[in-house]
Amino acid sequence: MYVAVKGGERAISHAHAWLAALRRGEAAVPELELAQIREQLGLAVDRVMAEGACHDPDLAALAIKQACGDLIEAAFLLRAYRTTLPRFGASLPLDTARMRLWRRVSATYKDLPGGQLLGPTFDYTHRLLDFSLAAPGAPPPAPAEEACAAAAAAPRVSDLLADEGLMQPEPRAESEPPDLTRQPLACPAARPLRLQALARGDEGFLLALGYSTQRGYGNAHPFVGEIRQGAVAVEFTPPELGFPVQIGEITVTECQMVNQFLGSRTEPPQFTRGYGLVFGRGERKAMAMALVDRALRAGELGEEVTAPAQDQEFVLYHADNVEATGFVEHLKLPHHVDFQSELENLRGIRAAAQAAAATLPEAAE
Amino acid sequence: MTETGYNFAYLDEATKRMIRRAILKAVAIPGHQVPFGGREMPLPYGWGTGGIQVTASLIGRDDVLKVIDQGADDTTNAVSIRRFFARVAGVATTERTAAATIIQTRHRIPETPLREGQILVYQVPMPEPLFRLEPRVAETRRLHALADYGLMQVKLYEDIARLGHVGLSYNYPVMVNHRYLMSPSPIPAFDNPKMHRMPALQVFGAGREKRIYAVPPYTAVHSLDFEDHPFRPIRADARCALCGSDASYLDEVVTDDAGGRLFVCSDTDYCGERQARQRRGEAA
Repeated sequence: MYVAVKGGERAISHAHAWLAALRRGEAAVPELELAQIREQLGLAVDRVMAEGACHDPDLAALAIKQACGDLIEAAFLLRAYRTTLPRFGASLPLDTARMRLWRRVSATYKDLPGGQLLGPTFDYTHRLLDFSLAAPGAPPPAPAEEACAAAAAAPRVSDLLADEGLMQPEPRAESEPPDLTRQPLACPAARPLRLQALARGDEGFLLALGYSTQRGYGNAHPFVGEIRQGAVAVEFTPPELGFPVQIGEITVTECQMVNQFLGSRTEPPQFTRGYGLVFGRGERKAMAMALVDRALRAGELGEEVTAPAQDQEFVLYHADNVEATGFVEHLKLPHHVDFQSELENLRGIRAAAQAAAATLPEAAE
Repeated sequence: MTETGYNFAYLDEATKRMIRRAILKAVAIPGHQVPFGGREMPLPYGWGTGGIQVTASLIGRDDVLKVIDQGADDTTNAVSIRRFFARVAGVATTERTAAATIIQTRHRIPETPLREGQILVYQVPMPEPLFRLEPRVAETRRLHALADYGLMQVKLYEDIARLGHVGLSYNYPVMVNHRYLMSPSPIPAFDNPKMHRMPALQVFGAGREKRIYAVPPYTAVHSLDFEDHPFRPIRADARCALCGSDASYLDEVVTDDAGGRLFVCSDTDYCGERQARQRRGEAA
């Protein structure tokens, strides 16, 4: 009986062997290859890279396989790997204006320089199950040449508004931005730190928070100024060279939300920006992030902070799903030592109350 | 034994140095929570990542490590963490409290008194003792700076007014070195008095919250109370069914569905030692 509550080495290794068998599933079904996950479950790979805060599609695919498709567990695996990597420097800021675009849409203009480019999207599909996908088929034809012709010059919508003086300019940071993975979060957190936390934050959490700002919890009036998706060069300046060299290209999705701002004593009425940027094609996350980023600026813009999405501590301390899942799931660890003292405590209170009740009638006599 | 591809004790040396600096600061300001750049660990948050990072930064090749959870060496999470260090550091491990140089613990302080030179590493879920009364970290930092602990005093007072005594039975707040209010981690209040003037160094690691704090050897640690309502540690009123101890903290084991109960020591090493001594015919 006593032994039953204890774990021990054998139980753990048996449990893990069982998990390995479940991961593989029916042996007659061919085993998944990492390339299949990377190529055919690309949005899962993108989400794991974003929340795992590590851009490596092959490792993300491995993590998804190892996690049996549990994407939070996969992000956790990737984070735990990432944290052991040496940090040899920081890249230059990505220049998303020079992005090789696949997709670029603006909701604020009917047409604009560079044009609207729909790109590969679920938008405007009918969500009817496509039973033809149930059986393997020939690969679909490659997209038409004109559909993927990258817009030659597509200035950012925020820059168009800024040229007119209607968009609040972003101050250039003078100091090196803080690094959330090296220093613990401290509130109030400046915007670079907030954006870091949001970029690696849980998509579902940000989605719900962004949604709440649309439903009146936080005074939001957002427009999608622009969503752009494509490949962007990563440049790094090796100290021994002294000039930047391109070390690779990554796919990112950027969302700039344009928001009304009625002005304050020091600032004229203008548009303000909510910003979202994520690895891969995580468009939903980029949009949600942009909504939450704007909501979190309430304090600095002199707006009243009333809603959860505007509350820095609430948002930033709860956005990380690796932290959240660990702490929620730790409740299944044994807690019987504390529970024992609660038992004794409760029994003591009840006994005292009963004793008091028993003496009361006598006192009345 | 050590896994190739990872540094000794998993963390890289620069990270260990950063954590050691945080520990030194924590030792210099007993009970004060020092923020540190907590790293992602290959074990989940809430499962001891803070304690593991502290242990990984302190451990050397000659150390002997003991890991307990709920007082026991053989609970699954203790087994898992002990295995982790055997794997990434290849250090000797033990279940003997007296033989260990570093003891990582979750929820208990060993019954066997610790001695000078030993280090007790606590796993901490919520380092902030005031968090249930004030969830905002920026605000609690201010309260600590001002040593303004009225919130907690009032909470204890209200408990007494309502229940006749303090309603906390574990994670019972302590005042360290007459200055900082500190969470002892969710150890039973029964264990609190062991912290007072303990000869061993006590280090607390909170991984998810990224805080380290410490109680240096022989530091005063007082459980909060009132003159007319002194602190009282709670323990089941029974003897251990295995070793007969009437002084150790007991786990309650349900033996049947007819109300049968058995009490046994939560500290498996202490209980095993006592039983061995009884078999040898020595006085327990």
